[in-house]
Amino acid sequence: MSAPPVSQANTPAVSEGRYLLDRDRVLGPLFLLPAVVYIVALVGFPLVLAVLYAFSNVTVGDPRIDTFVGFDNFRAVWNDRVFRKALQNTIVFTLISQVIVLILANLLAMILSADFHGKRLVRFLVLLPWTTPVALGVLGWFWLLDSVYSPIDWTLRELGLLGPGTMFGPGSNMYYLGKTTLAQTAVIVVHVWRTLPLATVILLAGLTAIPQDIRDAADIDGAGFWRQLVYIRLPLLLPIMAVATLFATVFAFTDLTIALVLTRGGPVNDTQVLASWAYFKGIQGGDLAQGAAIALFLLPVLVAIAIAMLRLARRSGAEEGD
Amino acid sequence: MATAPSANSAKDTAQYKSHRVFGRTMLYFGATFFAMFAAMPFAWMILTVFKADSDLYDPANNPFIYNDPPTLANLDLLWNETNYRTFLLNTLIVALAVVLITVIAVVPAAYALTRLAGRWGESLGILIFLVYLVPPTLLFIPLTGVVADLGLQNSKWSMVLVYPTFTIPFCTWLLMGFFRSVPWDIEEQAMIDGYSRIGAIWRTVIPVSLPGILTVVIFSFTLTLHEFVYSLAFVQSSGEKTVSVGVFTELIRGDVYFWQALMAAAALVAFPVALLYNYFLDRFISGFTLGAVKG
Repeated sequence: MSAPPVSQANTPAVSEGRYLLDRDRVLGPLFLLPAVVYIVALVGFPLVLAVLYAFSNVTVGDPRIDTFVGFDNFRAVWNDRVFRKALQNTIVFTLISQVIVLILANLLAMILSADFHGKRLVRFLVLLPWTTPVALGVLGWFWLLDSVYSPIDWTLRELGLLGPGTMFGPGSNMYYLGKTTLAQTAVIVVHVWRTLPLATVILLAGLTAIPQDIRDAADIDGAGFWRQLVYIRLPLLLPIMAVATLFATVFAFTDLTIALVLTRGGPVNDTQVLASWAYFKGIQGGDLAQGAAIALFLLPVLVAIAIAMLRLARRSGAEEGD
Repeated sequence: MATAPSANSAKDTAQYKSHRVFGRTMLYFGATFFAMFAAMPFAWMILTVFKADSDLYDPANNPFIYNDPPTLANLDLLWNETNYRTFLLNTLIVALAVVLITVIAVVPAAYALTRLAGRWGESLGILIFLVYLVPPTLLFIPLTGVVADLGLQNSKWSMVLVYPTFTIPFCTWLLMGFFRSVPWDIEEQAMIDGYSRIGAIWRTVIPVSLPGILTVVIFSFTLTLHEFVYSLAFVQSSGEKTVSVGVFTELIRGDVYFWQALMAAAALVAFPVALLYNYFLDRFISGFTLGAVKG
């Protein structure tokens, strides 16, 4: 415990002097101390350490920061073709998947805000990609897209779409994770699958907060579905949509799990993203310095997102104050 | 805003009805589509668990049915011939330790931010919450160095040390939401009755916020089970691994995949976690809306 329990007597003694711990100015910082120390020591300090790593020559074998090498790591990283590909993939995967998520999340939130039979089951199933540990869910995808035993391939074969002389070519398998375009598509689909529930439930919270009388008034005035969508739902939902998108973007942009479990960056680094490339260089390759330099390329976007969120939070806070 | 009030004629009613039927059909169609998309890998997972080798590894077999009778042999293999039980035990130890650390740090912090810090408490709370968004991807490399310096590499205690870095920020924010709705009169009344501040907190605030603290427990537990990146980076020896990494690295060996056992291992953890999470999800989301939605 952070603060020693003072005066825990079972019978309340009438307090005569004021206890030091009764003062807000003493108790406040004391109560905050454990959490703040934890965050400073294991988030703040490592962040600084990441920067120091990136400018030094540390490796797994020699993790002492003794020699600073300037921008050497960044230069080496930048001149690596795989890195360029990873940077490009990170941006493209995130953009495409989040545009799809934004559209689908609006649809899905609308569905889940209606009443229908089996809604609880649908909600449970729809949320599964977010509520289950991501590594385990992606293992399911990995097996679903297996090169030989994929049930999707079987279905395509049965439908006459796959196999000799058919639409998808002579092979009897698609090799989803073995061909560049298919593997990249698969990664994007799994990103959509994973972040859609998060964006949806955030939107849903916004949707249920639209005052019922506004919707009733619109109904009485005869506003149809599209009119309500364009003039009522979207404008009122805009701030919460921004929040949903920002969060989902953070998770997609910095993801390492999907990249590692589904494709391990393959085929031939074609689905490598910054996070996975940092892992392969820094941990597997043992070059902590270059790994840190690669990961630091994520920072500008993250800072921008954090600022956007602070603004959103401040704006809603200001409205509350009015 | 909406205009043109419609005339209330029979034609309009009929049109309204057909619109409604169309709407309902689309609703069910959409709901089914999304449910299937989300559940697809899990359905395939569960179907696989009970399949015999002879059934599973024949590409000509219909994969959606049991061509050979379903079997429990795969579960037996997973339970008795792999390190799965060790992974489960490690996961449990790590999760419980993380929950404990989180609760100890978060309860006083959230109280201080809602009750003692005044106007800047809310801003500081948001700042702490944003720490939750500092991704493991950015931290796992320097933290690998830190963990090594502390002599914790290859030990499950490295995860116990590091996981609170994301549970504390998130749960502080979560609990602040609870504390905001506590009626403070009862605390003041307890102090008037002669309790010290801490005595009053212990006797009034804590009991009233037990649902909030329970939510903190559930979330730090599930977030710990979800984590993958840190444990992958910190722990290499099989005896110290948790489920999410152990399953991924130990049950796939070279070209030999124990698919049924692998899927069983994933499903056995994924579904209980999903049930827990699902039950508390609304709490989770209210933390995520950043006050952009007033509940």
